[in-house]
Formats: sequence, structure tokens, C-alpha cells
Amino acid sequence: MIPGSFDYHRPDSIEAAIGLLASLGDEARVVAGGHSLIPMMKLRMATPEHLVDLQDITSLRGITINGAEISIGAMTTQAELIASDQLAAVCPILGLAAAQIADPQVRNMGTIGGNIANGDPGNDMPALMQALDAVYILQGPEGRRDVAARDFYEAAYFTALEEGEILTAARFSAPPSGHGHAYEKQKRKIGDYATAAAAVVLTVENNSCQTAAIALTNVGDTPLYAEEASQILRGSNLDKKTITAAANAAKAITDPAEDGRGPANFRTHIAGIMVMRAIEKAIERAK
Amino acid sequence: MNDQANPSSAERAAKLQGMGSSRKRVEDARFTQGKGNYVDDIKLPGMLFGDFARSSHAHARIVSINKEAALAVPGVIAILTAEDLKPLNLHYMPTLAGDVQAVLADEKVLFQNQEVAFVVAEDRYAAADAVELVEIEYEALPVVVDPFTAMDADAPVLREDIADKMEGAHGTRNHHNHIFYWQAGDKEGTDKAMAEAEVVVEELISYPRVHPSPLETCGCVASMDKVNGKLTIWGTFQAPHAVRTVASLITTIPEHNIRIISPDIGGGFGNKVGVYPGYICAAVASIVTGVPVKWVEDKIENLTSTAFARDYHMTGKIAATNEGKITGLACHVLADHGAFDACADPTQFPAGFFSICTGSYDIPVAHCGVDGVYTNKAPGGVAYRCSFRVTEAAYMLERMIDVLALKLGMDPAELRLKNFITKDQFPYTSALGWEYDSGDYHTAMEQAMKTVDYEKLRKEQAANRAAFTAGETRSLMGIGVAFFTEIVGAGPVKNCDILGLGMFDSCEIRIHPTGSAIARLGTISQGQGHATTFAQILATEIGLPAEDITVEEGDTDTAPYGLGTYGSRSTPVAGAATAMAGRKIRAKAQMIAAYLLEVHDDDVEWDVDRFQVKGNPEKFKTMKELAFAAYNQAIPGLEPGLEAVSYYDPPNMTYPYGAYICVVDVDVDTGVVDTRRFYALDDCGTRINPMIIEGQVHGGLTEALAIAMGQEIAYDEMGNVKGGSLMDYYIPTAVETPEWETDFTVTPSPHHPIGAKGVGESPNVGGVPAFSNAVNNAFAHFGLTHTQMPHDHWRVWKTAEKLGLTG
Ligand SMILES: Cc1cc2nc3c(=O)[nH]c(=O)nc-3n(C[C@H](O)[C@H](O)[C@H](O)COP(=O)(O)OP(=O)(O)OC[C@H]3O[C@@H](n4cnc5c(N)ncnc54)[C@H](O)[C@@H]3O)c2cc1C
Repeated sequence: MIPGSFDYHRPDSIEAAIGLLASLGDEARVVAGGHSLIPMMKLRMATPEHLVDLQDITSLRGITINGAEISIGAMTTQAELIASDQLAAVCPILGLAAAQIADPQVRNMGTIGGNIANGDPGNDMPALMQALDAVYILQGPEGRRDVAARDFYEAAYFTALEEGEILTAARFSAPPSGHGHAYEKQKRKIGDYATAAAAVVLTVENNSCQTAAIALTNVGDTPLYAEEASQILRGSNLDKKTITAAANAAKAITDPAEDGRGPANFRTHIAGIMVMRAIEKAIERAK
Repeated sequence: MNDQANPSSAERAAKLQGMGSSRKRVEDARFTQGKGNYVDDIKLPGMLFGDFARSSHAHARIVSINKEAALAVPGVIAILTAEDLKPLNLHYMPTLAGDVQAVLADEKVLFQNQEVAFVVAEDRYAAADAVELVEIEYEALPVVVDPFTAMDADAPVLREDIADKMEGAHGTRNHHNHIFYWQAGDKEGTDKAMAEAEVVVEELISYPRVHPSPLETCGCVASMDKVNGKLTIWGTFQAPHAVRTVASLITTIPEHNIRIISPDIGGGFGNKVGVYPGYICAAVASIVTGVPVKWVEDKIENLTSTAFARDYHMTGKIAATNEGKITGLACHVLADHGAFDACADPTQFPAGFFSICTGSYDIPVAHCGVDGVYTNKAPGGVAYRCSFRVTEAAYMLERMIDVLALKLGMDPAELRLKNFITKDQFPYTSALGWEYDSGDYHTAMEQAMKTVDYEKLRKEQAANRAAFTAGETRSLMGIGVAFFTEIVGAGPVKNCDILGLGMFDSCEIRIHPTGSAIARLGTISQGQGHATTFAQILATEIGLPAEDITVEEGDTDTAPYGLGTYGSRSTPVAGAATAMAGRKIRAKAQMIAAYLLEVHDDDVEWDVDRFQVKGNPEKFKTMKELAFAAYNQAIPGLEPGLEAVSYYDPPNMTYPYGAYICVVDVDVDTGVVDTRRFYALDDCGTRINPMIIEGQVHGGLTEALAIAMGQEIAYDEMGNVKGGSLMDYYIPTAVETPEWETDFTVTPSPHHPIGAKGVGESPNVGGVPAFSNAVNNAFAHFGLTHTQMPHDHWRVWKTAEKLGLTG
């Protein structure tokens, strides 16, 4: 549980950080809250020779809400997501889901940028970003590009992030007021990643579902946006049968690995249950 | 007269904060400020660090070890392998169970993460870098993971070092992977009871391999002073004196030249009883280099290589009448000991006190047999907050009682009440030969049932079951009842020793002239609060305030010899020694008092904190005054000073017991089990510090929750440890832990000087079956007799699925 040796850098601007990454080459990694990276280094599953710490880059921090447009700086901590009343007013699912990550110590350090850039299918924020149809802002030596959360994840720990790029923010439109939402996560204990989890955002008018988005955590080697399941809800009256059909469609796209939480078929089953419960809770919350 | 100047006996007693007072823990002042002093806090000039290169295989021949690249890491001093230890005859060490264990793997490895090479470096970073670079070439061998196949005719030979040694430490081995067979009771009589019984139930009850996982891992700092020839080892030792004796026997360094110090210990639970390769390697490295060497394992090493617990596969069988009177009990155990037998049981008891398995019931005839086998898993088999396999025995029995209740269609509590040993049967000799000191089981059980309103709970459960059947709920209510009898306080030297060391314990007291004191004991606290409670025993015995009594443990150069702290033995044994030493102090003080008060010895009597003249309480000398006189006044016929030492060899074990009731709600769709209520009534005899007892019960119940609901050190078919880190190994947090309701009755031990029985382990012993019974009970009406632990989400869901309750 002792990492290999590395050099430590602490730039104070995005430009300086990008410059460092370019000059240090592929043995450099950015470190944000360090709560995914440092455990991996201690297990020597990651052995970067240089760490570029983003803590001093103030422009990467904070939540900006402009009408319906929400932008969250990469270095915003999970604790800050929970504490933001502004965010809770327009998009409460973010804080509620962040509260289901680990414990206060982890959330005080762990950032949204690290959580979504990490590429670990166990991370909770990516599915949420997919349900909200967020766009990630990536900044690199060649300038800025925007990549949709639904297109960002390629395989476990493989993402669209290119070498030398930094994820600076996640942007999305707040769902319409009165929307329903839920993030349902089954875990063995505090500090555990999900056996399966589901994010649901929907709107209901006259008992009819107008919009719906469902995404899943930790039941594949990437987060999974469940388009077919979402489609089943849209235009429906959200009765029991529809909810079950959506859950089944969501289950169909899962491909979890067996691990300490149970075999694949159990985790797929739990994904279905989480989807159903999240839909039911979202309906309850919808106005 | 001024009342203030003449406080009553009760007022004076309260001031002492003696037995019965919920005195705050004196240890907490330093622990809560981060001022504890643990092994890893010890920093000595020039100290080096050791770290292990470990086996990636579960069973493999070592073809070669190449140290070159590792030795080239800057700061690396040396790398030890079995070849280096052989000339010193230290490549194997004795285990506490009479087996030997490889210190560094000799020619082959027998479990994953076994110690293969010991890197010594200037700092722990260099050591860790070098560990990565030790190149070990293996030739894989077939692996034995399942204990049920260990004794197959064609099973591979695991222990080549003892392959031709068929006489083991505990009798004849009848297979190359067999360790021992041990039995107790009347086999023939039990078979007969089974054959003649109206009802017989039988079930395989497996208690999975778990690990105590104390907060602090194992470690040591060894320091050889080449000038005076003295070896000092600071370490996480639950039994420092035993370590000193064993170290002397292994190294041939005379015992007076070895000093073992246990500083603050961050939890032990049995994990720190054994002797580990790290201790030997650090000591050898220090002897060779002449500078101190520190070794501290990390969490993964702790979980995967130092002592596990349980791994008992118990086939229980109960015979009974149709009315529910138990007529016999049989149990055969297959015990998976891993690659070396490194249990820490008394020599005559290779399966510990498993024969307590008749529990709290008056069972006329019984037999139990235990086969120990080797497998390609880590060695151990320690207590985990339990005296020597009592928790396995209690789990088997308490599950079997529920299985019998189901078969008979009887309420589990009623079946227990029907079979309890009655109050007037004590002292009671069990069918397997234990003499229970005292108990009143019916009162405890009835108090428990009344407090939780057991009848109402069962009614509520009936309603829940109807609602479930009607499709109105997906949640099943389970009620778990467990009643356990513990056996602690090992123990009488006539039948309890470890490696020939008798299991007495000790206390030495010095009263200072101004009336304060220091007491030193052969035990060592790992969180139990000895500095608090032993001072309370003394406060009551010698009449000095607890706050004026220092309790010191853990340094073999200053403490009297004792066998240490595990198996709930400190209070029953060292606590007794403390009381007895205190009484010696008081006896001398009585003579001094009589002289000063100018009366005969027999004409003074003890009153809380003083001796007073019988019939004339105005004439008295306080203990404080007597202490001063003992040192500073010439008393004819008495030596100056006021000191005493007592070595206590208990006449018998003590038998704490308890009634636990647990209520759970099981979500059949997710397998999530929610503990709605947990009630624990403990009878541990005289209660020294009720607050500390409650703390012990809270901690033990939390461990029971962890074991029943999630803990398991599992292996895949290749012998790879699955989930050997805290990512997977289930340590519940405050969020998962329910509120504990504690209660008590008091039935003192008749043979213990203060009537105390010990409580540390009871909640683990009784808690596990209570949880497991609750989960099993939730499904009982669907015909489920038994489902194995841990009751994690997946297994519970699978149970529901098998019963056709899902989908
Ligand atoms: C005990 C424990 C339990 C946990 N449980 C959960 C859980 O249940 N759910 C969950 O979602 N998470 C969990 N986590 C992980 C936690 O949320 C991490 O904080 C998070 O995954 C990563 O955020 P970070 O800021 O710590 O990133 P770091 O660990 O610093 O970085 C993670 C990775 O992302 C890269 N990275 C970080 N920031 C950027 C950026 N701006 N641009 C490009 N790349 C970047 C790093 O190079 C690294 O590869 C847990 C962690 C611990 C220690």
C-alpha cells in the first residue's frame, strides 16, 4: 500500500497545467481530489511519474447557473454539490446522488471532474450526467472540444479524453421545473460502489410521461444510457406494466461482471429493481 | 455534628469509583486526542524497515528467487529468504498449536500471499519498491481449496515437510492433509439416542472463514543491543510474556535478555495472539544488522496472511421427543486450518472448547468429533472475540435448535425454555464434561421475551406473512432468538496451557507512601479499558480512589508473568489476581491499623476505605494513613512497605450467558436485510463498570452483525483470495449498525473472588446466531431449514429465488 515514487507539480492555471502535461508526456497524470487515483497508486495499479495537481486552479471550481444552463467546474467537490441550495432548487438529483457517494471525508476531497473523467464504471456521476444529457468541456493543447457524456465512455478506464487534455467542466440544461427524478443505488455499505444503480429524470403532464431519461451505474464496463428503456416511458401513462417493460429493456443492455457483490445475473436483476424504484420515486416527485 | 466532615460509608464508596461505577475510561483522554502510542508510532535512531515479497500462487514450487534487481534499489540493505534462515534453523517456527510454520517459504509456497522474501531497507518506500522487483519463479502445483476434498485419496500432498510424520501434536494423522481428530463425549450412547429418538434433525452448518480485522494491523520493532546482548521487541502482542518465552526458546537468547513490550494496541480480537513471520524476520534482521528493524503489515496483508477465524463446517444432529425434549446431540466438524495449524488453543484442546456445544440445555448424552485438515489457505484459526471455538459451537447449536423447532412446529423460544438447565441444577456438569458454575437461564429468557413483547412480535409476524402471501408487501419479517452459554477464563493450569505455558495470570501492587498506587498485570488491554476497570476492582478492595491507581501492562521487564489478553480471560483470571493481591494488601494494612489503634488484629473491621475499631467506628485509620505508616513508622513484627503480588490459577472457567432477540425485515427483491431491533441481555456475573460492559456489548454485536451479514474471506478455485481488502471485506459503519438495546441479569460466579465472569466475547458468540436465526426465520414458513452465512444481499436474494418468491 505504498505508491511508487513520483514528482509533484501544482500549476495555478489551466494553461500552465496543459503546458505541464504536454512537456511531461505520458507518464504524467492530473490529480484532482485524489480519491480514486491515490488508492490505485497505493495498489501500484497506477504508477505515474508525475502528478499535476489541479487544486490551485480556481477557475475550475464552482457552480454557475444561468437561467436553465448549468455549468459545474471540474474541481467542484461532491460536498459542494450537496451544499448548493441554488443547485438543489433547479436540479436536486445532483446533490441527492452525490450524497450516496462514499462518506463525508471522500466527498470533501472527491471532485465531479475526477468522478466523471476517471472512467471507472463504479463511479456514480457518469450515469447521472448521461441521464441529464450533459456535455463535457475538454481543454487541450489543441484547444477546446465538447463531448457528450453519452459518447464519452469507451471501456473501463478508457474515455474520449485524449492525452494532454483536461476536463474543465460539465454543462447541461436543468430539466423543466416540476420534473421527477431519482438516483437509486444498492450497495453493501457506506463507502461501497453500487451493486447496481439507476438514474431517472422524467416529466409528467396529465398522467402522461413527456420526457424520460434512464442511465445505469456499474452494470457494464461503462455507464449505460438506456435509450430503449427511456423510450418505453415516453408517451406512456407510467403504469406498472410500462415500468416493468422499461426495467426489462434496461436489464437487457447490462453486462456486469461477477464480483464480491454477487454474480452477473444478480447484478442485472438489481439493475432492474433499481430502475423500477427510481421510476416510481421520480413519478412521486414529479409535479 | 457536621455531616460534611463525616461522610457516610455510601458517600465514601461513591468517591472511590470502585466496582459498579460507570467510571469514564481513563484511556480515552489520550486516544481521543490522537496521543496513543502504537507500534508504528515508535521511531528509533537508525531504524530500518522490513517488507515482504509474497507468493502470488496458492500452491507452487519455488524454482528460483532472483534478488538482484531488488538489491539494486537505493536504500535496500538486505533481502532474506529461507536459504538465509536455514543456517540459523529459523526458516520454520513453532506455532501455538504444536505445528511448525514456514517463516519464509521453504522450497514451496502453500497459500497466496505467503511470505517468501523479507526486504530490509532504509525506509519503507525503498522496501516497497524492492518488493516489486524480487523475481520469484514458480512451478504451479494442484491446489486444495475445498476442505471437503482435502482428504481425498488423490489429494495433493500439501505439507511435504511433515509428509512422513503421521504422529501429530494431537494424535495420529490418518491422511497426509489430516492434522488431527479430536473428540469428546459418549459416541455409543449418542448413536443410541439418535436411533431411538422420535424426532431427529440434521443439518450442515458452515461457519465461513472470517477475519477479525482489527483497526491496527500486526507489526513490531525489533532492536538488538549488541553491547549488552539484549533484544527488545515492541509489538502488537496480546500475550507479551508468552512471546518472550517462545522467542527465547526459538532464538536461544536467554529469557532475561529479551524484553517484550506491547504498547497501545488498536484492537486484537485474537488476530494478535499468534506469532508471525514478520516478528521473526524483524528480529533476525536486527540481530544481523545491530540496528532496530520495524515491520508493519498493511490491511491487505493483515486480511490475507495473519490469523483468520472460524472456517468450521459442522454437521449437527439433534434427537428429541415429539414434545420437544432434547434427548441427544451429535456434531462432526470439518475444520479448515489452512496451510499450517496456527490455532491458539490450549494444548489439550485442538478444537478449543468446542465441546461447550451442548450450550444452555440439559442434554443427557452428546458426542462431538473434529477433523482438522490442511488446505492452501492462510493459517490461523484464532478466536475473533471468542474463547476458543465457542462461537462456532454456539452458532451450530442455536441454528440446530431453530431447525428442530421448525420440524416440531414449536416456537423457538418455547423450545429453548423447555430444555434449559434449571437454576437448581447448578453447578451443572454437561454431557461433554464441563462444570457450569452458575446460571439462571429461565429468568434471563423470560425477561428478554417480556421486554421485547415477544408474543406481540410473533403476532405481527403472522400478519406480515399473510400480507406477503396476499401480495401486499415484498418484505418478510424475521425474528431471531438465541440463547448462549459462554465458557471463558482459561484457565485452570491443570488442563489449560499453551505450548506448555500454564494459563494463570497475575497482578503486582505497590502502594505508595502517600496513598496512591500502581498495579501491574500480566495481561494487555487492546481497547477493553483495563486501566479503568482493574483500578476499580482495586479501589473497592483496598479503599483508595480509582483515580489514584495507575494500571500498567505490557512490559515484560516490569509486569509479572501472565498469559495475556484473549478469550475473555482478563477479568476472570487477571481480575481475580488483582482482587487477591488487593486482599493481601488489606491483610497487612489490618495489622498496621490494629497496632496504631492499639487493639488486637481481630478487633478492627474494614469499612470501605478504612479499618475501624469494632463497635467504635469513630476510631479508625484510613488506607491512606495506613500506607504512610507502612513506610514511615516502625511497626513491631512487620517489614516496612506495602506491596503484594498474586498469581491466580482459576479453579474453574466461568460461564457467562445471555438471551438475544433480533428482528429483521428482509426485502425479497433486493436481498437487503434491515435490522429493525436488537435486544441483548447479558449475564456476566458481577458488573465492574456497566458503561464499559455496554461498550463491549455494542462492539461485539457490531462484529456479529458484520460476520452474519457480510464477512467472508473467500477463495476461488485457484486459491486466490477473493476480496481481501476493505473494499469488499465487510466492516459496517455507523450507518449500517442498528441501535443496540442492552439489558442484564446478575448471577455471580461462585468461585471467582469478585463473582465476575467476563463479557468481551459474549455479544459475538450470541449475536451471530441471533442474526442468522432472524434471517432464516423470515423464510421459515416457506420450509427453509437453513441457509449459510454470510447473509449478504446476493445470498438472501438467492434464497428467496430458490423458494420461488422472486420474479
Ligand atoms: C472509500 C471510497 C469510496 C468511494 N465510493 C465511491 C462511490 O460509491 N461512488 C463514486 O462515484 N465514487 C466513489 N469513490 C471515488 C470518489 O468519488 C473519487 O473522489 C472520484 O472517483 C474521483 O474524484 P477525484 O477528484 O478524487 O479524482 P482523482 O482521484 O484525483 O482522479 C481520478 C482520475 O481522473 C483523472 N482526473 C481527475 N480530474 C481530472 C480532470 N479535471 N481532467 C482530466 N482528468 C482528470 C485523474 O487523472 C485520475 O485518472 C470512492 C472513493 C473512496 C476512497
